[in-house]
Amino acid sequence: MKNIYENRKYVFGALLFLVVFVFIGKLFSLQVLDKSYQTTANRNVLRYIIRYPARGLIYDRTGELLVYNEAIYDLMISPNLVEEFDTSVFCDILKITHEDVEKKLENARKYSYYTSSPFLKQVSSETYAVLQEKLYQFPGFFVQPRPIRKYSKKIAGHALGYVGEVDEHVIENDPFYKMGDYIGISGIEKAYEEVLRGEKGVNVYMVDVHNRIKGSYQNGKNDKPAIVGTNIVSTLDADLQEYGEKLMMNKVGSIVAIEPSTGEILAFVSSPTYNPSSLLGRGRSKVFETLSSDTLEPLFNRPLMATYPPGSTFKVINGLIGLQEKVIYKQTEFYCDGGYYSGRIHVSCHSHDSPLNLPEAIQNSCNAYFCNVFRRILDNPVFPSVREGYNSWRGHVLSFGFGQKLETDFPFELKGFVPMDSYYDRYYGKTGWSSLTVLSLAIGQGELLITPLQMANMTATIANHGYYFTPHIVKEIEGEEKIDERFFSKHFTTIDSVYFPIIIDGMDMAVNGPPGSGSTARIARIDDIIVCGKTGTAENPHGEDHSIFVAFAPKDNPKIVLSVYIENGGFGATYAAPIASLMIEKYLKREITRQWHENYILETDLIHNEKEN
Amino acid sequence: MKRRINTWSEIDWITIILYLLIVVLGWVSIYSAGYNEEHNKIFDLSQRYGKQMILICGALIIALLVVVTDSRFYSLFAYIIYAIVILLLIVVLLIGKEIHGAKSWFEFGFFRLQPAEFAKIGTAMALARYVSSKSFNIKNSNNVFNAVVIILIPAVLIYFQPDTGSALVYFALILVLYREGLPGGILLIGILMMVLFVLTLMINKMAIIIALMVVGFMIFLIIDRKIKRFLIAVLIYIGLSGTLFGLKKFAGLGLSVYFILILSLIISGFIYSFFIYFYRIRKAVLIYMLMLGSIIFTFSVDYAFNNVLKPHQQKRINILFGIDSDPYGSGYNVNQSIIAIGSGGFSGKGFLKGTQTKFEFVPEQSTDFIFCTVGEEWGFRGTSLIIILFTTLLLRILFLAERQRNGFCRIFGYSVFVILLFHFVVNIGMTIGLLPVIGIPLPFMSYGGSSLWAFTILLFIFLRLDISRLEYLV
Ligand SMILES: [Zn+2]
Repeated sequence: MKNIYENRKYVFGALLFLVVFVFIGKLFSLQVLDKSYQTTANRNVLRYIIRYPARGLIYDRTGELLVYNEAIYDLMISPNLVEEFDTSVFCDILKITHEDVEKKLENARKYSYYTSSPFLKQVSSETYAVLQEKLYQFPGFFVQPRPIRKYSKKIAGHALGYVGEVDEHVIENDPFYKMGDYIGISGIEKAYEEVLRGEKGVNVYMVDVHNRIKGSYQNGKNDKPAIVGTNIVSTLDADLQEYGEKLMMNKVGSIVAIEPSTGEILAFVSSPTYNPSSLLGRGRSKVFETLSSDTLEPLFNRPLMATYPPGSTFKVINGLIGLQEKVIYKQTEFYCDGGYYSGRIHVSCHSHDSPLNLPEAIQNSCNAYFCNVFRRILDNPVFPSVREGYNSWRGHVLSFGFGQKLETDFPFELKGFVPMDSYYDRYYGKTGWSSLTVLSLAIGQGELLITPLQMANMTATIANHGYYFTPHIVKEIEGEEKIDERFFSKHFTTIDSVYFPIIIDGMDMAVNGPPGSGSTARIARIDDIIVCGKTGTAENPHGEDHSIFVAFAPKDNPKIVLSVYIENGGFGATYAAPIASLMIEKYLKREITRQWHENYILETDLIHNEKEN
Repeated sequence: MKRRINTWSEIDWITIILYLLIVVLGWVSIYSAGYNEEHNKIFDLSQRYGKQMILICGALIIALLVVVTDSRFYSLFAYIIYAIVILLLIVVLLIGKEIHGAKSWFEFGFFRLQPAEFAKIGTAMALARYVSSKSFNIKNSNNVFNAVVIILIPAVLIYFQPDTGSALVYFALILVLYREGLPGGILLIGILMMVLFVLTLMINKMAIIIALMVVGFMIFLIIDRKIKRFLIAVLIYIGLSGTLFGLKKFAGLGLSVYFILILSLIISGFIYSFFIYFYRIRKAVLIYMLMLGSIIFTFSVDYAFNNVLKPHQQKRINILFGIDSDPYGSGYNVNQSIIAIGSGGFSGKGFLKGTQTKFEFVPEQSTDFIFCTVGEEWGFRGTSLIIILFTTLLLRILFLAERQRNGFCRIFGYSVFVILLFHFVVNIGMTIGLLPVIGIPLPFMSYGGSSLWAFTILLFIFLRLDISRLEYLV
């Protein structure tokens, strides 16, 4: 059988011969004609000096520089090129011992005989100046400059995050990184790693046997300049952040402040905190060890990762859901006789006027009122069973961003917890629970868990009358028109905007009600700014309860919302409310007029007192 | 009717000898690349050369098994084997072990398997079975489409691992369709588009456009063979673009350079149409269309790359073509590799005497860059010997493929040929700096069990099929 396309075999043959011709030709020129490789390649004369880019700078929202870079030098070694050298001169310059030298030499040889590795990292510029002149005496050693992070203030460690050397795992999974590279490990440094890191460059040099650079290899044809990382403007207000950290000194807890009209995070305090520059440099691992073994967990990012029951602050949510489900109205009144009683269940309340309507109930933080509201929501006759009532309530709660990650730009955000109906099924059986069983949800206790960031976001939602912008920590990326699209879309809750003013009035009265009217947060009052707020206390089975306060100001056209948490701070008004109030004053007026207020907070030491007890 | 024949006297010993020579030279190079004072025993299993020795023994046993299997097995089970390898490629995406950012491996204790290597066998079998079937007609575009799909499924799955280099190998199989009658024009346009695609990403658009025009005019000259008409064509074009540039310069019109070049090309195209009408030069139309099409294609690739692709996709393509942003990436490998080969000179530094190719100077020394060791230690004599061995092997396979009487065997043979050719060209091309660094192994020589075994199976199935032409008189 003759195939009509058989002649095409010649095309394949020709193709093959073409390849052979090109290959042999290229190899002939490379190996026989070009002698340059044969003379130079007896040893590895090429030295690749990596040009590490400076990471992008980080500014605060007002343009104040927060994070920048400074040059340091790594002393590198290529063990195969090392010859006998004068160890005492070497040790003098570097201020290390003979034993150090022996050990480091051995380590470097173990790592690789032919590839260079760091001998001594982060040599200061002064040492470098001396070393540079004597380097010719030490064949096999060379210096590799690299920028290192510097912080203009000792603030915002948790928000900015820190950088560190990449580990094996990263190197295996991302070809961008090589041994010894730095990478963002937490905070903005991690979240915006790809923006900040820039691009490494390289210079290829010819080096002679005396360790002297003879010049660029192939006239710099293979060189590549480093590309500096992109600068970032953070949403933080450095003054406010610094002030918040000052107020939180000697207290455990957090402050999150957000601009409600944008979702921009103005302050992000986690206390106790750490000095971000302490996690750099040669002492890094020791500092890290001390910080991680501290029982107060200074490395723990409380705004994102601490979850607490919301306590009474959650009453505003139940009030809103009650209004939306039309089971109560603004004027609906309930009696409170020292608490809420039903069968064997008893939720106690403090003493106040009775009966109260909704805004007054928020002003007084009446437990009985919200137990009634909550039961009406769950036992609403429009639902066939309490399960549907509960699920409807849960749907409203989730729409405020609870029980899920907010998808901020921070890494490591926690979800918190809003139990599903099946959660109660597991404990009480499918028909074994009712609105009474889960009554503690009415006053924000029980199984609910919410992060301080979610709490601040809830307050922003109220300040905005029903929607929020996903909170974020970065405002601008240099050279990019906009940050991520997701920070510009409004997340609406399931509550109609008309109901918010009722709740806001209650929050106003909680702070600004006349003396003796039962306002729970009068301590947060500022004379010429209408602050709206709500206190809360998170039950703590392990000790003193946690003090919570959420607030926004001014009442019309709010500029700032806050959530303040003081662990073991007792009732919300004690410490959390005055701190929130001072933060608001600082942000809106840029100065503090109530010195006694400030002193009261600054002098409070909840950490060391507790330890003495 | 089956005839009894003696397998061992009929099998093509020339191919086997070439195969053995290449495998042995490969092992010697791996030994040399891994050799040092501490580890110098041939059977040191902690070293790559020790492991490779075991793998070679395994490969020979596998080859034996492949040859004693009935030849009908391979065509009968072609689709089933294809289905199995596709399944493996899907499974590896789900539960594979991720190494260097690619999910390409199954791990069984100390042993790793790369299904992408074995998928070549299944794909070649399925392609051969489909294209050789009676219902297949190369002129039927549906049939050709199906054949291309057979090739593309594994390629796409491998692309997602992502192992772009191994995925590209499959495209070579399209050449098999050319042997079976696919019009050469389609192939040429495909190649042209690929070349343009790569060029657009690597060099300036402007340079490409000018080069395209020059080439276009040259082809016109060669075909037409009338210097006068050629000069007129060039003058019209230069006159037009000159006028437009003048307008830009003196009348201050905001025309971009690209706009001017293209506009003059289109206008001169109309003028040429008259020429063609009068002088009946049909081929000129074809050249003109091709040139215009190429330029539009160049622009769209450029646009798509910069505006449609996401940054990580751009990065993947950049890495594939060696436009790598990482200083220690491809540029480093190629420089070290060229220095190593260049330093070998004409006769090399001698066995185990290489300094550049030891240890870590050239990364991936015993796998993708094994050819360096040959270049450094055996010099030009060694490298040309390897190239001659491969060329002879490839020519032999081509010869064997052409002597098959049955379509399945011939197509399978061509598949083996193009797969080996592709690996040979790309691997050595990258090692000597002619092609971008696309990490695929050199057949039979590179360290690694999956590739050695897969190539061995591929080759010996073909040798088995070659014997079968005497067994059955079809
Ligand atoms: Zn009450």
